[in-house]
Amino acid sequence: MKKAEPFVSTTNACKMCTPMGAALAFKGLEGCVPFLHGSQGCATYMRRYIISHFREPMDIASSSLGEKDAVYGGKANLMQGLLNVIGKYKAQAVGIATTCLTETIGDDVSMILHEFKKECLAGLNGDMPALVHVSTPSYGGSHMEGFHAAVRAMTGQLADPEAAKHDGVNLFSGFVSPEDIRHLQDIFAHFGLPMTILPDYSETLDGPALEDYQNIPGGGTPLDAVRAMSGARASIEFGRTIKPDLSAGEVLREKYGVTHHSLGLPIGLRESDALFTTLESLAGCAAPRRYALERGQLLDAMVDGHKYVAGKKAVVYGEEDLVVGITSFLSEIGVKPVLVASGGESGGLSEAIAAVTEEFPGEPPLVRDGVDFYQIVAEAEALEPDLVVGNSKGYRGLARARNIPLIRVGFPIHDRFGSQRVLHVGYRGALNLYDMIVNALIKKKQDDSPIGYGYI
Amino acid sequence: MEPVIFEERKAQIQRKGAKGAEPFSISCNKNSLAGAVSQRACVFCGSRVVLYPIADALHLVHGPIGCAVYNWDIRGAMSSGPELHRLSFSTDLREKDVIFGGEKKLYQALLELIDLHKPNAAFVYSTCIVGIIGDDLKAVCKKVEAEKGIPVIPVQSEGFKGNKREGYLAACQAMFTLVGTGDTSAISPLSVNILGDFNLAGEIWIIQDYLRRMGVEVVANITGDGRVEEVRRAHGAALNLVQCSGATMDLAKMMQQKYGIPFKKVSYFGIEDMSDALYEVAKFFEDKDPEIMTRTRELVREELRDLYPKLQLLRKDLVGKKAAIYVGGAFKAFSLVKSFRHLGIDVVMVGSQTGTQEDYQELAEITDEGTIVVDDTNPLELSAFIKEKDVDIFVGGVKERPIAYKLGVGFCDHNHERKEALEGFLGMYNFAKEVHATVTSPVWNFTPRRRKSPIASPDVPACAATGRVS
Ligand code: SF4
Ligand code: SF4
Repeated sequence: MKKAEPFVSTTNACKMCTPMGAALAFKGLEGCVPFLHGSQGCATYMRRYIISHFREPMDIASSSLGEKDAVYGGKANLMQGLLNVIGKYKAQAVGIATTCLTETIGDDVSMILHEFKKECLAGLNGDMPALVHVSTPSYGGSHMEGFHAAVRAMTGQLADPEAAKHDGVNLFSGFVSPEDIRHLQDIFAHFGLPMTILPDYSETLDGPALEDYQNIPGGGTPLDAVRAMSGARASIEFGRTIKPDLSAGEVLREKYGVTHHSLGLPIGLRESDALFTTLESLAGCAAPRRYALERGQLLDAMVDGHKYVAGKKAVVYGEEDLVVGITSFLSEIGVKPVLVASGGESGGLSEAIAAVTEEFPGEPPLVRDGVDFYQIVAEAEALEPDLVVGNSKGYRGLARARNIPLIRVGFPIHDRFGSQRVLHVGYRGALNLYDMIVNALIKKKQDDSPIGYGYI
Repeated sequence: MEPVIFEERKAQIQRKGAKGAEPFSISCNKNSLAGAVSQRACVFCGSRVVLYPIADALHLVHGPIGCAVYNWDIRGAMSSGPELHRLSFSTDLREKDVIFGGEKKLYQALLELIDLHKPNAAFVYSTCIVGIIGDDLKAVCKKVEAEKGIPVIPVQSEGFKGNKREGYLAACQAMFTLVGTGDTSAISPLSVNILGDFNLAGEIWIIQDYLRRMGVEVVANITGDGRVEEVRRAHGAALNLVQCSGATMDLAKMMQQKYGIPFKKVSYFGIEDMSDALYEVAKFFEDKDPEIMTRTRELVREELRDLYPKLQLLRKDLVGKKAAIYVGGAFKAFSLVKSFRHLGIDVVMVGSQTGTQEDYQELAEITDEGTIVVDDTNPLELSAFIKEKDVDIFVGGVKERPIAYKLGVGFCDHNHERKEALEGFLGMYNFAKEVHATVTSPVWNFTPRRRKSPIASPDVPACAATGRVS
């Protein structure tokens, strides 16, 4: 699937590194401080990158290994670092992700944590926070593998084997925006379905103005709710390309027999339908009228606007699950996805794209995984796209170079305001995307026109 | 107030005047404390920051993808010509490379990228992993250099070997291998290299313009809008102007030692420092060109004639406001302290990531009693200081911005990602405008520390939903 181009180097990567995904996921657990076991630079780099998108504080602690530690192992630094974080942050949980460095020198983090718990419990007055750890060498995947691995680690390591059975539903929503998370929570509430969403960074990464700085921002999935996940009646997980060994839903199914529904990210009509029908069957009743209405409004918009988008060609790039959802939606509205690309390499992209595009006639899109922007730009050249859908990083090479609009979705959005509030999911998310797409195309036409109609 | 200062960090924070007669002392340049959320970056980051603006060179990061991706085109270092520096190249090391070594991949990557982009030189940065797996960067670079006929320069920037400072040194060592390899025959006796300016938002062009008006030739921009060929002939300049205490000082020292080129430490931020920089240059060349001082005075006068009335207008609204400064290098902090004085703003906290003992000593001298001086701080401390001192404006980098904003404090971005030119007389005006824009915004009237929310009081039970829930 990756083009036979013999490049060994990567130019302008279309992915981020594994621990960053893990840090983001840990940020969605209540009272949790993400902690990178490695050298200082990685944490600082990632913080800056994340902050530029969310415009929120993003603390990531680091064990700050120096040269000596890299040779003799990072155990002392990890333990000291944990003590400091727990002491100063009063963290209820610490999410520890390894980095390339500590994976390469071979630190055995589970063993170190085991010792830490034994040795330091007394020092912490018996107040040991939940310690979750995940192994995330960046050379083992992209930020999405890190994200999923961290969600799976939180679930697997925190869920209580003895948890009482309850009526709640677990939702593993994947790497969506804070606005998406809030919308999903509303949907479940309107269905009357109790749910636990993990991770929930809807507040930690989109918080209110404050009078007093909080060491750890409020919000996040409550620890007790995660502990109770093993007793839930079902799990739903978004992401067609998540492999079973990275799936949190699978862990709960295997270990505790929780029914698992694996769905695509609910972007566009059909993927949202899949979510709502699943919710209907779980709730045992019809979707609240407001969603029937939203679905109808979406369809109405798709009809009203179909000529603006008809036959337009799009390049889509970003995380694999996101581009599957976007491609699915574009196909529904009559935009032709000509190239679908990702830096991720789950191995499942082609199949997922085929599944969401097969009902439409015509050439299926070119699908490229494991590619960088240099390859995407080169490939887009001959395809003459009319628009681009993805994060900010394709702006210069794809959108600006060709003078075509970029619809900013996903992460990172470093060149627009309100990235945390972009709604992608559900019928309402689809409407939002639809408005953005149609308006971008209208604006392009208007800007290019010598006449300058104010009526299009 | 709850104490938020880590016991081990106490020595890195000082209050001026707090210890009575005791001499001011602060400990710094230690490795960041494990577990503290440091704002500090790694060696690689330091090297990358310095060398990045050399626009016709290939910058290849040898390591896993993250190290390269987080600094791809996020800095506003502008180029007037080639823009190869804006691409992010990485060997994107994978598991098998980590096990079997990455030399072969590096070699192939260099060959293909040099063939494709035809750079005038290549810098190869090593990252933490490379330090561990033990790739022989030097050998690979040498081999490619011989095959391709361009300089291929290893930058020994393994992240864990220290902080940014060591990265600056590694970058200087890398550049120094180029210096002295170019032709210097046509260079004017009135000539300088500009060191330590990265041409953010086109700043180096402002400085170049001043120098041109004074009749001084700029041989090499190091490194803003930089070119390999310029660095090669940098040893032909009569004087090095070094900005910022850290980044390129090592290179200036090396050039002094080997080529006998004197250097002057300058800052282009703020009125005094900018004028002083130009006067220093004029003084230096006075014996070769007796008219230069007159021209320089005229230039400064002209610029100030234009700037002063505009500043006064802004100052009216700013007098008595309080500022906190936290920047990468201490040298910049000096200039900022002075600039705030022009605007009538008191500096109540000042700190840097990489300052030295002398830097902090000097900062303590130029600030008022009670000013907090801090080395390598973290968000917890910053927020405590902001609150304690009731700060109106915070100057820092992109990582500090959300902390300031969260607490309802104005902010000015003075770090490498700034998109406004802040150097020179023009820069002083831009700075004042930015400070004014943020400090005088009406939004601070409404942020929680200034005005309580009239709704959702915790003392009253919240309403229950009804109506359109289904
Ligand atoms: S070393 Fe690994 S974890 Fe650190 S920034 Fe680089 S890729 Fe990411
Ligand atoms: S791995 Fe090392 S070189 Fe790369 S970002 Fe992290 S600390 Fe810096």
